[in-house]
Amino acid sequence: MGKTLFEKIWEPHVVREIPDGSALLYIDRHLVHEVTSPQAFEGMRHAGRQIRRPELTFSTMDHNVPTTEDRLDIKDPISRAQVEALRKNCKDFGVTLYDLGDDHQGIVHIIGPEMGLTLPGLTLVCGDSHTSTHGAFGALAFGIGTSEVEHVMVTQTLVQRRPQTYKVEFTGRLAPHIFSKDLVLKMIGTMGTAGGAGHVLEYCGEAVRSLSMEARMSICNMSIEAGARAGMIAPDETTFEYITERPRRFAPTGEALERALAYWRTLPSDDDAVFDRTLVIDAGNIKPQITWGTNPGMVIDIDQPVPGPDSAGGYNPADVRNALEYMGLKPGTRLTDVPVDVVFIGSCTNARIEDLRLAANIFKDRQKAEHVKALVVPGSQQVRLQAEAEGLHHIFKAAGVEWRYAGCSMCLGMNPDQLQPQQRCASTSNRNFEGRQGKGGRTHLVSPEMAAAAAVAGRFVDIRNWPQIDANK
Amino acid sequence: MKPFKTHTGVIATLNRSNVDTDAIIPKQFLKSISRTGYGPNAFFDWRYTADGAPNSDFELNHPRFEGRSILVTRNNFGCGSSREHAVWALAQDGYQVIIAPWKEINGERVNAFADIFRTNATKNGMLVIELSEEEVDIIFKHARANEGLQATVDLLEQQVEIHAPTRTVFSFTIEKGDKEQLISGLDDIDLTLKYESDITRFEETHDPYL
Repeated sequence: MGKTLFEKIWEPHVVREIPDGSALLYIDRHLVHEVTSPQAFEGMRHAGRQIRRPELTFSTMDHNVPTTEDRLDIKDPISRAQVEALRKNCKDFGVTLYDLGDDHQGIVHIIGPEMGLTLPGLTLVCGDSHTSTHGAFGALAFGIGTSEVEHVMVTQTLVQRRPQTYKVEFTGRLAPHIFSKDLVLKMIGTMGTAGGAGHVLEYCGEAVRSLSMEARMSICNMSIEAGARAGMIAPDETTFEYITERPRRFAPTGEALERALAYWRTLPSDDDAVFDRTLVIDAGNIKPQITWGTNPGMVIDIDQPVPGPDSAGGYNPADVRNALEYMGLKPGTRLTDVPVDVVFIGSCTNARIEDLRLAANIFKDRQKAEHVKALVVPGSQQVRLQAEAEGLHHIFKAAGVEWRYAGCSMCLGMNPDQLQPQQRCASTSNRNFEGRQGKGGRTHLVSPEMAAAAAVAGRFVDIRNWPQIDANK
Repeated sequence: MKPFKTHTGVIATLNRSNVDTDAIIPKQFLKSISRTGYGPNAFFDWRYTADGAPNSDFELNHPRFEGRSILVTRNNFGCGSSREHAVWALAQDGYQVIIAPWKEINGERVNAFADIFRTNATKNGMLVIELSEEEVDIIFKHARANEGLQATVDLLEQQVEIHAPTRTVFSFTIEKGDKEQLISGLDDIDLTLKYESDITRFEETHDPYL
C-alpha cells in the first residue's frame, strides 16, 4: 500500500516509539514569538536547562508590536516588557532574533517561508496555532502550547500521538474573483470548526494545483479553524520555483539543492495511498464567502441571507442566537446591505504581496468610503519593501487607506490596532471569535478583494458584481 | 506537577459549544510573561460587565456553582488559538476537571476538545473527559435540579460518578500516555531526557534533505 505525504514525513522523523503508544518526533525548525515563549524560557532558567539546537530555533516579534511609524517606541509598558523579555531570552539562549526594526521582522508565519526556513519534508512547530501555514510547502507544521515550546527547546523533539489523515480534494477551476480564502472558508463551513480534529488535512485537486504558493499558504493557514492538527499540500514545480526564484537565506543551494529536489519529488502521496477520511468539494461552484457569526464555520455565500436559529446547519439554536446577538444581525439580512466601519487587510492569512496587489487593484483610482477606517498591514518588512518597490503604497494612501509596518495588527488586538465595541469589520484575517479584534468588535472574514471593495463601497459587496458597484458617485 | 488520581468537587455548567481560547482568556492578558495571575480573568468578557462588576447573566457567575471545580460544557471546547494561558486561567480559577461531549456529524466523530487545548490541559495536570452527548445532557439536567451538585472523578477507574439522587456513573476512555502522565505528575521533559541518547543517535544520521 502506498503512503500519504504525511506518512512520508512523519516516519523518518520518529526518533523512537514510546511505550504508551505515542512517538518521539524530531523537530527540524522551531519558530518562536514573544507571546507564547517567555514562560518556556523561564522554565528552562529555573531548571538550569539550555536549548538543544539553538541554530534550528528562530525568533521574531509580531503579536504585540505597533505597526505605525513610531512603532519602535512601544507605549504599552506590558507589551514593551514582553518584547524586551524576548530580546533578553534570545540573547541569553543564543537564538537568532529578527527584531523590530530589522528588514526581516514580520509575522512569524510569513517570514519563515520568505527566508527559506520552511521547506518540503521538514517538521516545523511554533507556539501558535497558525503554524499550519507552513504545510503549504509539503512540510509537517503544527501549533503547540508553551509547555511543548519548552519541550522542543530542551529536547528538539515532541511526544506525539500519530494523527489521522484527511484528504480534501477541490475539483474544478475557480471562478473569477474566487480565492483560496473562499476555498478554505467553504471547507470550514462544510466540515465544521471541529471537523478536522485529530487529523492532518492534505489539500489536493485541480483547484489547489493551480494556486500560487502564497494562495496555498492562505488555505493551510486556516486548517486549524477546522480543528485540524495541520494542513499540507504536496510540493510541486510551483513550490520549487518559489524556493529557488530568488536567494532565500536558509534554503539549500547548489549540490544540496539538487539532493533536496530529488527527495522533495518523492514526497507527494502515492496514488494508492489510503486516507482515514476524504472530502470532495466542487471548487468551480464556490461563490465569495463571508462569515456571519462568531466562528469561521458560521459562513455563507455572499448572496445568501444570514441564517436563523433553526436554519444554521450544524449549530444548535442557542449558539446561533448568541452569535446573532453578538454580531448585531437579524436572520434573513443580506450582508450586502450591511455597512462596515473598519476594513483590515493583513494577518498571517492574507498579508503577502499577492494579497496586497489584489487589494491595490481594487483601490486604484478609487477612494475608501468616508466613514470607513481602512488599514493595510504587510505581513513582513520584506512584503512592505516589495509593495513600496511596486508603488502599491501610493495607491493605498491615495485611496485614504493607512499603510502600515509589519505585524499581526488588528487580527488579534494585542497591540494598539483594535476594534471599538460594536464596530463592524471586513477582515482578511482568520478568526471572527467574540472579542478577537477588540472587545465587542464584530468581525466578518473575507478575501482581500472583498475587504478592499467593502472599504470603497462602505458596505459589503458581492465582488463578482464589481466594479459596477460604485458608492462614491 | 501535582499527580491526579481522584477528585470530588462541585459541578458548574456552561451551555455553549465551540468555546474558543480567546473567550477563555482574552488577548490583553497574554502580554504577561508570568505563568500565574490569570484566574480572575478567565472568561473575562462574559464574566464582567463594562464597569468591571460580575455579570449576573453569565452562567458561571451563578451562586449555585459556588466553590465549583468541575466544568461541564459542550462540544469543541478550547478551539482556536494554541495559548496555554487558557489552561492556566482555568486551573488558577479553580477548575481541575473539564467534561464535554464528543458528537457525530455526518457520520464522523467530532472530538469534545480541541487538540492543542487537550495537550495543554494534560501538561498542566488538568483532566479533560469526553462523554457522549446523552451523558452530558444528563449532567446538565441534574445540575439544573440540584444546587451545588457534586461529582467524583476517578481517573484510575476511568469513571465519573454524579452525586445525584439516583446513582449516575459514567465510564470514560483516555489515552494511555495522558493517563500515565496525569497519575504520575512527572515532568515530561525529564521523561523525554531519558531518551537523550536516542535523540543524539538520531541526529547523527538525520538529514532534513535526505
